[in-house]
Amino acid sequence: MMLTNTHKPDAATQVEMFRRMALLKANDERSRKVITTGRLIMPYYSYRGQEVIPAAMSVNLTDDDYLVTIYRGIHDMLAKGLPLKQLWAEIAGRIDGTCKGKGGPMHLTYPKKGIMVTTGVVGSSMPIANGLGWASQLSGDGRVAVATFGDGASNIGAFHESLNLASVWKLPVIFLCQNNRWGEHTEYSKSTPVARIADRAAAYGMAGIHVDGNDPIAMYGAAREAVERARAGEGPTLIEAMTFRHHGHVFGDADRYMDKAYKADWVAKDPYPAYRATLIADGLATEEQLAGFEADAEAQIDEAVAFALDSAFPGLDQLSTDVFGEAA
Amino acid sequence: MSDAMVQDKPAEKAAKPITILEALNQALADAMAEDDTVVILGEDVADPEEGGVTGVTKGLSTRFGDKRVRSTPISEQAIVGCAIGASLAGYKPVAEIMLMNFTTVAMDMIVNHAAKLRYMSGGQTNVPIVIRTMTGAGFSTGGQHADFLEAWFAHTAGIKVVIPSNSADAYGLMRSAIDDPDPVLFVENMPNYWTPYPRFESGHRVPIGKANVVVEGSDITIVSYARMMNEAHLALAALGEAGVSAEIIDLRTIAPWDQETVLASVAKTGRLLVVHEAVVPFGVGAEIAAVVQEKLFGKLKAPVGRVGAPFNPVPFSKPLETAHIPSADKIAAAAIALVKGKH
Repeated sequence: MMLTNTHKPDAATQVEMFRRMALLKANDERSRKVITTGRLIMPYYSYRGQEVIPAAMSVNLTDDDYLVTIYRGIHDMLAKGLPLKQLWAEIAGRIDGTCKGKGGPMHLTYPKKGIMVTTGVVGSSMPIANGLGWASQLSGDGRVAVATFGDGASNIGAFHESLNLASVWKLPVIFLCQNNRWGEHTEYSKSTPVARIADRAAAYGMAGIHVDGNDPIAMYGAAREAVERARAGEGPTLIEAMTFRHHGHVFGDADRYMDKAYKADWVAKDPYPAYRATLIADGLATEEQLAGFEADAEAQIDEAVAFALDSAFPGLDQLSTDVFGEAA
Repeated sequence: MSDAMVQDKPAEKAAKPITILEALNQALADAMAEDDTVVILGEDVADPEEGGVTGVTKGLSTRFGDKRVRSTPISEQAIVGCAIGASLAGYKPVAEIMLMNFTTVAMDMIVNHAAKLRYMSGGQTNVPIVIRTMTGAGFSTGGQHADFLEAWFAHTAGIKVVIPSNSADAYGLMRSAIDDPDPVLFVENMPNYWTPYPRFESGHRVPIGKANVVVEGSDITIVSYARMMNEAHLALAALGEAGVSAEIIDLRTIAPWDQETVLASVAKTGRLLVVHEAVVPFGVGAEIAAVVQEKLFGKLKAPVGRVGAPFNPVPFSKPLETAHIPSADKIAAAAIALVKGKH
């Protein structure tokens, strides 16, 4: 379960990870704000608090690598390069969205950046990521497929079938579990009898890494190790990245099921301000530079929100198109 | 057959009937030979595992390599998910789910993902996969190995459902299914895998969504598919004796079904009997009956009839299993009753 290598990101990469985190954090905050105004009507699964994981994963990937993510996955996609304007138009149900407004926040798709599927079904990212990995293996193109999911998904059948197949076929797949300790309203220990989900990797003869998903340097090392293993044809990795979601399961959920002191303790460990302070203290970035990233993120989001809300809703001629394609 | 033909060995071979199983194997082989992106996965599909439990994929891993024909663990969700993912990356996977009842284990992948990704992505992605599966009562396999579940899938937007009844259609529909840009559920009928049917031209396609009028008649239209086509043919003798002229249509594709051909026939005969092995309630027959009465109300000379299995699980005990499966006798009796006004 230990990292077998200790890759440390160079200074530029450390700063880039923060830049991505700044965008993700600002986007989550704005999403919740705009929903509150009533201008955006959608089910929203906040990822606030989990920004380190996709930031550290994505700097180890290329646009050609594949991502299959879940309903709580907008952070994964933004880090992978999902364009903000098309994201906002999609979650507003507009024709200029990635999916013409037909998918919405739980089904965002953007193949140009390798964002192949977003699923609203717990656990279902994994079987499909295997297929993308199989395609890479067949063609030898070196692409890696990343499936993200939460701790709750490690108890559904698809997890076990997928890890088993990926391991027996040595697929270039990374199973990235973002363990935020709560599966919907249920605390981890009430649903999962093993202390660590990463321990389940052993059952499939697969490498398993348990890592602090709020530590950008450790998370970078875990992601790097898994990507290198996949690209070398040495098979899949299960990464369990420990983190915490600051808000309820879905927007509007007041998380009364969560102990207040427990929550306060985790929120106090918010990785965002901590990493920001570290970069400045270590002399890797200046306050002005990081504030500039934050201001830039806000400006991009301003533009994206305005674009989305000005975009038209899909015409009713779109209702029953894209069900089937044209036979060749 | 002329003497010259008897002596001409290739021609003799061409005239020899071919089983559905052989036709499917040939379709898969021809598709793989033409297109490197066609790949096969499923339980036991490679040759070390005997090319599938019934041997439909026999010889293919030896010919095309074990990378393109891959035996999987017994993991139906993983099989269908893997096919979906590979198709998103440009491959054309043919996944085998051994038995139609086992598709239930993979319903999330089939219904929530394969069928919907094109729509949910606004047309950015598509899932050109074929899911082969077999079913059919008559082998004393009881309640979990022989169901016809085609209506469930036909009720889902985004997936096509085809069921061939003979070798030429099995080949031609398989080639079309592999060519198709969307997911196709390809249902094979286990009890007639080994039945010989006339040969066909290699490379031919049977279009998806096109029914076939196999017998022309004037008093009643019988619409059926899969092995029930054999029973419908067997019913012709009794129908003839009763003076009933039946038109028989092989539906071939369940979704999208060929309304044009069926409606044209029923407009001519004025009567319709739908026959399927699946249970009657909420079945394919119900949908066809609904559309026919909507389009031809007032032109019908009799209510639309349905013959299918009774509403119970497939039983094990031989007499019960036999009684469960619709027979030529039942088809003939139902058709005669509709024509003679005894419905």
